[in-house]
Amino acid sequence: MKKKENIVLEVKNLQTHFLTDAGVVKAVDGVSFSVSEGETIGIVGESGSGKSVTNLSIMKLIPSPPGKIVGGEVIFEGQNILDLSEKELREIRGNKISMIFQDPMTSLNPFLKISTQMIETIRLHNKDVSKREAKERSIKLLEDVGIPAARKRIDNYPHQFSGGMRQRVMIAIALSCKAEVLIADEPTTALDVTIQAQILELIQNISKKHKTSVILITHDLGVVAGMCDEVCVMYAGRIVEKSLTDDLYKKPLHPYTEGLIKSVPRMDITDKKDKLFSIEGQPPNVINLPPCCPFHPRCHKAMDVCRCAYPLKNDFDGHEVSCWLYSTDEEKEEALKNAGEN
Amino acid sequence: MSDKKEPLLVVKNLKQHFPTTSGGLFSKVNGAIRAVDGISFELNAGETLGIVGESGCGKSTTVRSIAQLYRPTSGEVFFDGTDLCKSSEKELARARRDIQMIFQDPYASLDPRMTVRSIIAEPLQIFNKRGLLDTKMTSLEIEEEVEKLMERVGLNKAFKNRYPHEFSGGQRQRIGIARALALNPKIILADEPVSALDVSIQAQILNLLDDLQSELGLTYVFIAHDLAVIQHISTRVAVMYLGKIVELADKAELYNNPAHPYTQALLSAAPIPDPVIEKKRQRIILTGDVPSPDVEQRGCYFQARCPKRMPWCVCHVPPTFDLSEKQKVACWLYDERDLSKISEADAEADAAKSAINKE
Repeated sequence: MKKKENIVLEVKNLQTHFLTDAGVVKAVDGVSFSVSEGETIGIVGESGSGKSVTNLSIMKLIPSPPGKIVGGEVIFEGQNILDLSEKELREIRGNKISMIFQDPMTSLNPFLKISTQMIETIRLHNKDVSKREAKERSIKLLEDVGIPAARKRIDNYPHQFSGGMRQRVMIAIALSCKAEVLIADEPTTALDVTIQAQILELIQNISKKHKTSVILITHDLGVVAGMCDEVCVMYAGRIVEKSLTDDLYKKPLHPYTEGLIKSVPRMDITDKKDKLFSIEGQPPNVINLPPCCPFHPRCHKAMDVCRCAYPLKNDFDGHEVSCWLYSTDEEKEEALKNAGEN
Repeated sequence: MSDKKEPLLVVKNLKQHFPTTSGGLFSKVNGAIRAVDGISFELNAGETLGIVGESGCGKSTTVRSIAQLYRPTSGEVFFDGTDLCKSSEKELARARRDIQMIFQDPYASLDPRMTVRSIIAEPLQIFNKRGLLDTKMTSLEIEEEVEKLMERVGLNKAFKNRYPHEFSGGQRQRIGIARALALNPKIILADEPVSALDVSIQAQILNLLDDLQSELGLTYVFIAHDLAVIQHISTRVAVMYLGKIVELADKAELYNNPAHPYTQALLSAAPIPDPVIEKKRQRIILTGDVPSPDVEQRGCYFQARCPKRMPWCVCHVPPTFDLSEKQKVACWLYDERDLSKISEADAEADAAKSAINKE
């Protein structure tokens, strides 16, 4: 694989588990990826696949208990974020790595004016900025994200803004400290298509202008196609396929990715069949998953080996896939043998 | 229209306004949210009408007004020849056997304290008790019918004593569909039935709805905000904006030659899951947000965001123009006169004159 340059953030074998009464939920189970400067990486998957938990873990925001980061490293600026103390983390959160959450309705404090919330963020990380300066900077930020009459609007409360505007305010707050990494967790899911297009364009422009790295979490394959340089597809807590965006859509290797891409109705194809391709069955329950490929009950290419061992990772020139289809016969036989012994 | 058969559903100038009050103890009505503001369409048996639009444009209110869950402010809804808006409760009960709904949120639309069996059997039991079914059913027959319905929508009938929380989102939506089918309706009003579901599950439900339509000859009114989903399922599509239909056309017409600037913007904003196409596409990015529906606008409701606005549009509400038999659009661009050259002052003068004439 072509070595990535200027890596800003690297996640290595991250594992986050939740201890519940019913058993251990391995929400994230060995996820690795890296983001370089100015790059946009997409994480796609269905609900419950561990997308959000991955990104909350990067910021160490997992409520513990019941959650626990049991393994892995998150390397940022040469140090492992997961080893830092709360105080050190506070220096990074919102300052160097910031987040945009899914629901713009609930992520702003309804009791505080926008100005208060923005000034708080700026002054928290930059003690020597005066209140007035912070306010001026906030107004500038709101103008940057395209809020008309920002000087007047900054003294409004969140409920006076529409959904799209609130999401812009959230982006403005996320940008207020010139973060190097922006984690956007389903930033447009709650918004309408025309507003979605505005917000995505905004994020793209920011990423280009400030060379911000973006981690975009979404379930919408269309959004990924337009925005991301690289895509990770997650299923049941693991990355099953990782590749450059163009390659992934041109030639999806994992049967799950293939199914996902095929099951989206498309506007641009006019001569279509009556039926949509659909992946049968339901996403698995991640409590006490057996050591097999979690996708095998729904897979149309499932083999014996899929039922008894987790597939090995294959790397085709930077296009990584975890599926037994791409393993050699010897590897499969060995896995079958090992499973038989246990 | 030169139709051989009567359309199943005719909606004429339907309006649904919700009064707003000043609040307080002696609150007065001081205005109205114009959720649906004068929409008309016809729907033939076996067709699927897709309704798209942004949130707050009145899609859900439209179907709820059709089902008479809200009594409309004005307008007519003819179903099978009878005007539902003027029907008594008794007549409505009969009509509702033929009009069923599927709701968006499969978590909120099923009673968590009822078993799947009682959820699906409930419509049958109610109509049976009131004597509104064609033939009386015994409880055994209802039981059999429930099992048949569960199998029809792809649920294992062994699960009939379970509660909704034991099912995933897609399975719950199947329960909702089975409930809607129980009375053997003619038309199903589906209010965003797939938008809460994951992509892989969404495809399953769309295929199921497709199968049911061809098997049972159902007519759908299908709401979604996802344009690709609408294109997949509909025969005709209505695009709504702020309580009005801005464009109503056959699917092929609408997607190949969108006429209204809003439709054009919507289509260009919808992402396509193909990076090669995505990178080449030109987006029409609309500025601003949808205005509040509580003010009556003087002109076109879309003009503030419209990239092709003319001075004329600011003060004249566009009528519906027939571009062809299959395509209707409410936009001044399609007037026979060329309105683009009319100056602001002339347009205002004309608007003032017609206002006086009206009085």
